[in-house]
Amino acid sequence: MSRLTAPILFIALLLAVWQITVKALHVPAYLLPAPSDIVLALSQNLGVLTASALTTLQMALWALIAASLTACAIAVLLALSPLAECSVRPVAVALQVTPIVAIAPLVNIWAGLDHPHRAVVGLAAVVAFFPIFSGALTGLKAADPDLERLFDLYGASRLQRLARLRLPSAVPYLLEGHKVAAGLAVIGAVVAEFVSGSGGSQGLAWRLLEAANRLQTAKMFAALLILGLIGVAAHAVFQAIEGLVLKRWRGR
Amino acid sequence: MTAAAPLAVLRDVEVDYGGRFGLGPFSLDIASGEIVALIGPSGCGKSTALRLLAGLEAPTRGAVTRAAGRGETSVVFQAPTLMPWAEAVDNVALPLELTGVPRGMARERAAAALAWVKLKGADQAKPAQLSGGMAMRVSLARALVTDPKLLLLDEPFAALDEITRRALADDIHRLWTATKPAVVFVTHNVEEAVFMASRVLVMTPGPGRLASEMAVDAPLPRPAGFRTSALFRETVEHVSAALAQAMAA
Repeated sequence: MSRLTAPILFIALLLAVWQITVKALHVPAYLLPAPSDIVLALSQNLGVLTASALTTLQMALWALIAASLTACAIAVLLALSPLAECSVRPVAVALQVTPIVAIAPLVNIWAGLDHPHRAVVGLAAVVAFFPIFSGALTGLKAADPDLERLFDLYGASRLQRLARLRLPSAVPYLLEGHKVAAGLAVIGAVVAEFVSGSGGSQGLAWRLLEAANRLQTAKMFAALLILGLIGVAAHAVFQAIEGLVLKRWRGR
Repeated sequence: MTAAAPLAVLRDVEVDYGGRFGLGPFSLDIASGEIVALIGPSGCGKSTALRLLAGLEAPTRGAVTRAAGRGETSVVFQAPTLMPWAEAVDNVALPLELTGVPRGMARERAAAALAWVKLKGADQAKPAQLSGGMAMRVSLARALVTDPKLLLLDEPFAALDEITRRALADDIHRLWTATKPAVVFVTHNVEEAVFMASRVLVMTPGPGRLASEMAVDAPLPRPAGFRTSALFRETVEHVSAALAQAMAA
């Protein structure tokens, strides 16, 4: 059995057990719908679920871009000055360990109740910020110490050192950081939408809340399925980008 | 004719790392064009001495005088220490570009330096595509591209096999003949030290001091079959004995 067919067969087995058990025991659909009910709900709500998924994806993407730009910019500035780094690090850690759920109401107020999607993007960006930031900080210091000595020897300026040694050395760390951040941005967008508690952003989280309130459990599962697919796709896309860039970076 | 001023001088230098790996007090004069080997056990501070000569580190006590200016000192490390993301030619061009040579000219001179080390045609290769010996040659080309007055080699052959080692030793002599830089060569291999250098300095275990000094009275580059000559065998015996004595003391 190949590496591909084994998990597919396993999933098929799980679904079959699920379907048969639910039907045989007459489990109410609002408690646990059978896989067939979920597929039905998915096909019936495909339009609205796809639209919501795209909204969530879009918010996550904006969040990722915002997080990437700010994290890289701050990391580069800190790399130029060790003093700045030890000043900023505690603040960054404090922000990182604060649960996103706890700061969500605050961000809601700042974004304005009329712009819930801004709050969602902002919160998701906070979540996606840290893997990129810490990856960049680590990467900017990960250059071979003997290469650093070589730059000392030829009297390289700070900018030369940054552009020609530290930034290229950071590439693998940046790629890894962005890969992790891409997954977190999707999670962050969903959590933020839950917390902002408004239908204004119309993402997948809102569809989940809406379906839960109406006890449309099959539709909830359908939304969850799409959410899972988005997560897997985001990871796969960034894995592929990482592979391609690393191959070019080290030449094989 | 008076003797030229030495190119680099360590005068009673001591480096204290707060542990057993220190150096000194240690003194060393490097005249232009000579090849000196520093030999001693691991942790005797020979790499530290090299970093002092390169100006990469300051001594805790004592004085370092360096006549070579910026870009006139080159270091080859134990590992090739190449930038993995850059092609061989860009790795070699780096010292020139850091000292302000325009990119086009730097790459031209880098390509020429790669040809000296017999790596013509490997310009576009990334370090991961090179063998250990080839990567070390790129590293050597990078050290030579600035036409240094002082070439510092920190156990450059430690990670290579015997055949590659010998080929590189001959190459270093051949390249030395062309521009006659002063070479300081750190090693813990007695035969290598005697083969490479006209002067072999034996160091004591850390903190390293000078245990003894021996001249190798044979022409450079070495004549064919030098490794089997009586002079070579005798000098190797002398250095080995001095090293054993230094270790025991």
